[in-house]
Amino acid sequence: MTARVIDDTALVAWVDALIREQTVYGVQARGARFAFGPLARAADLRLDHDVTILPPKKYFLPQKEILNEFDRCKMQFKSVLDGDRFVVFGVHTYDMAAISQLDAVFSRGNFDTHYMTRRANASIVVCDVLNPSEHVFAGCMGTATAEDVRGHDVALTRLDDGSYVVEARTEKGEALMGSMEASSAAEIEHLEGRSKVWERNRIRLRKHDLKMKPDDLPDLLEGNYDHPVWEEKSELCHSCGSCNLVCPTCYCFDVEDELDWNMETGRRVRTWSACMLAGFARVAGGHNFRGSRAARYRHRYLRKGKYSRDAGGDIACIGCGRCIAACTTGIANPVDVFNRLLEDGR
Amino acid sequence: MSRGQKDIFLPEPATVLDVQAVTKLEKFFRFKLDGLGLDSMPGQFMEISVPGIGECPISISSSPTRTEDGVFEMVVRNTGNVTGALHRLSPGDRIGARGPYGKPFPVDDAMKGKDVFFICGGIGLVPVRSAIHYVLDHREDYGEVIILLGSRTPEDRMFIDELYEWKVRKDVRFRETVDVADPTWGGDVGVITTLMPHVDIDPGNLVTVVCGPPLMYKFVLLELENLEMPDDNIFLSLERHMKCGVGKCGRCQIGGLYACQDGPVFRYSDIVNVPEAI
Repeated sequence: MTARVIDDTALVAWVDALIREQTVYGVQARGARFAFGPLARAADLRLDHDVTILPPKKYFLPQKEILNEFDRCKMQFKSVLDGDRFVVFGVHTYDMAAISQLDAVFSRGNFDTHYMTRRANASIVVCDVLNPSEHVFAGCMGTATAEDVRGHDVALTRLDDGSYVVEARTEKGEALMGSMEASSAAEIEHLEGRSKVWERNRIRLRKHDLKMKPDDLPDLLEGNYDHPVWEEKSELCHSCGSCNLVCPTCYCFDVEDELDWNMETGRRVRTWSACMLAGFARVAGGHNFRGSRAARYRHRYLRKGKYSRDAGGDIACIGCGRCIAACTTGIANPVDVFNRLLEDGR
Repeated sequence: MSRGQKDIFLPEPATVLDVQAVTKLEKFFRFKLDGLGLDSMPGQFMEISVPGIGECPISISSSPTRTEDGVFEMVVRNTGNVTGALHRLSPGDRIGARGPYGKPFPVDDAMKGKDVFFICGGIGLVPVRSAIHYVLDHREDYGEVIILLGSRTPEDRMFIDELYEWKVRKDVRFRETVDVADPTWGGDVGVITTLMPHVDIDPGNLVTVVCGPPLMYKFVLLELENLEMPDDNIFLSLERHMKCGVGKCGRCQIGGLYACQDGPVFRYSDIVNVPEAI
């Protein structure tokens, strides 16, 4: 696939060209923080962001989406599928790893047309991290560089001299790069410069140090179902679900109906849910299958470190550190939990 | 990527053919899908929609051996928004339905040729009824048929005509109890496990099916252990909170298993080491 080199001016021109062709979502400043949003002009794009408040998952599994529209009187249901193509620009490598995981979840077994239609309409431009966030540990999770992740259409890496290597990874990526003007072919020295950035990021994106390989997690968790850490940590849990809501690999959802004022038509919507909320596993009649905070807290870590792998997927923590930052009581650091289990097992 | 794929969340219209109150809290429904081709097996469930109110998973209570194509029966306890709305329906009213979903009772494999032992608590009878009908309609394919039923009070008993039929049939051993009796009750009193020591069974040739409220399983399983029943001959239908029914929403997880896809009927030996299961 094509690899080109561009400078800042060419990057801005390229992004502006993309904006003229289709909707582009890119990272922008939100006060002192960063968020993905519709990009009006390339000058607003911030590729130096540390981490976005929410992961780009929201473009494939939105906070709220319409699954179907219904007419109660005719008893008709009509699928609602988003049809427009779009670009997500500036996705950090760890977030790309999470999107690949969700791709597997929503295509494996029963095929989720809602998620997968959006995914098919999207082109993703991944960018290697320039400024690591306070809590990132992607280097421990194998998601620190564009070389380590899959599923994106274009990989963008800023070299130390300020130029960018832009590489197409798919046909769709080649098409995006077709809108690029002032660029030159990437030479060996550029690719070496990129490798240097990658090597550095694998070390730099380790603000917390997982003292094991991610592949060791399933066995570690299997053997520690009754470990006291679940009770100890969760004593401070407010069951607020913040860790779920910022997590790029969380996908649990709720489904509910909205009825129009005419009492005839309405829509069925899917919204994000969270396994840390007290009522997540409560059934009709009141029995709660995960009634204690400790049971819910443990479930979340088992899902991340074991159940996803058992189901044929990857370890469902990609090291973005958002949960660590979002937790108001400081109990949501996965690295703390996993290291503790490891140390106590020695 | 998604061209030509079916929308797994899209309900089909269905019509209420019949509604009957069976207890103070439960109503019996017979539905018919507009489209034919409901290929269900005993123990499976459907996602039922009352558009504008919502959607919820409900066990199919009828056996394909006794219903026309596209027709299915359910018993619905009035316990929430959707079930409350269902209770307000009359024959001719319309609903949405999708399914069937989930693993059925092993009526065509593990149970075949064996003695079958049904243990039902309360509305646990509702899904098991589909398997009982199926077995009785292929009676020659099975050995002994033993049914135990525990209800909370005599007023909570459902399908009373059918219970009577099972009681008088020579080829069925049926026994029931109530937790709390009233003056009309002349039968056994006590929780369902009090019946189990009195049942004459051959654990080596027996497949057991258990369905009831969450607390019942632990005690029934202890009793089955006393009867030296092998774990791989026990099948449990487990309830969990479900939203999607198709293995996506994460709500019904039991450890790493999905009740909607890996269950709701589980072989006990497959979940005996899953800490959240029982």
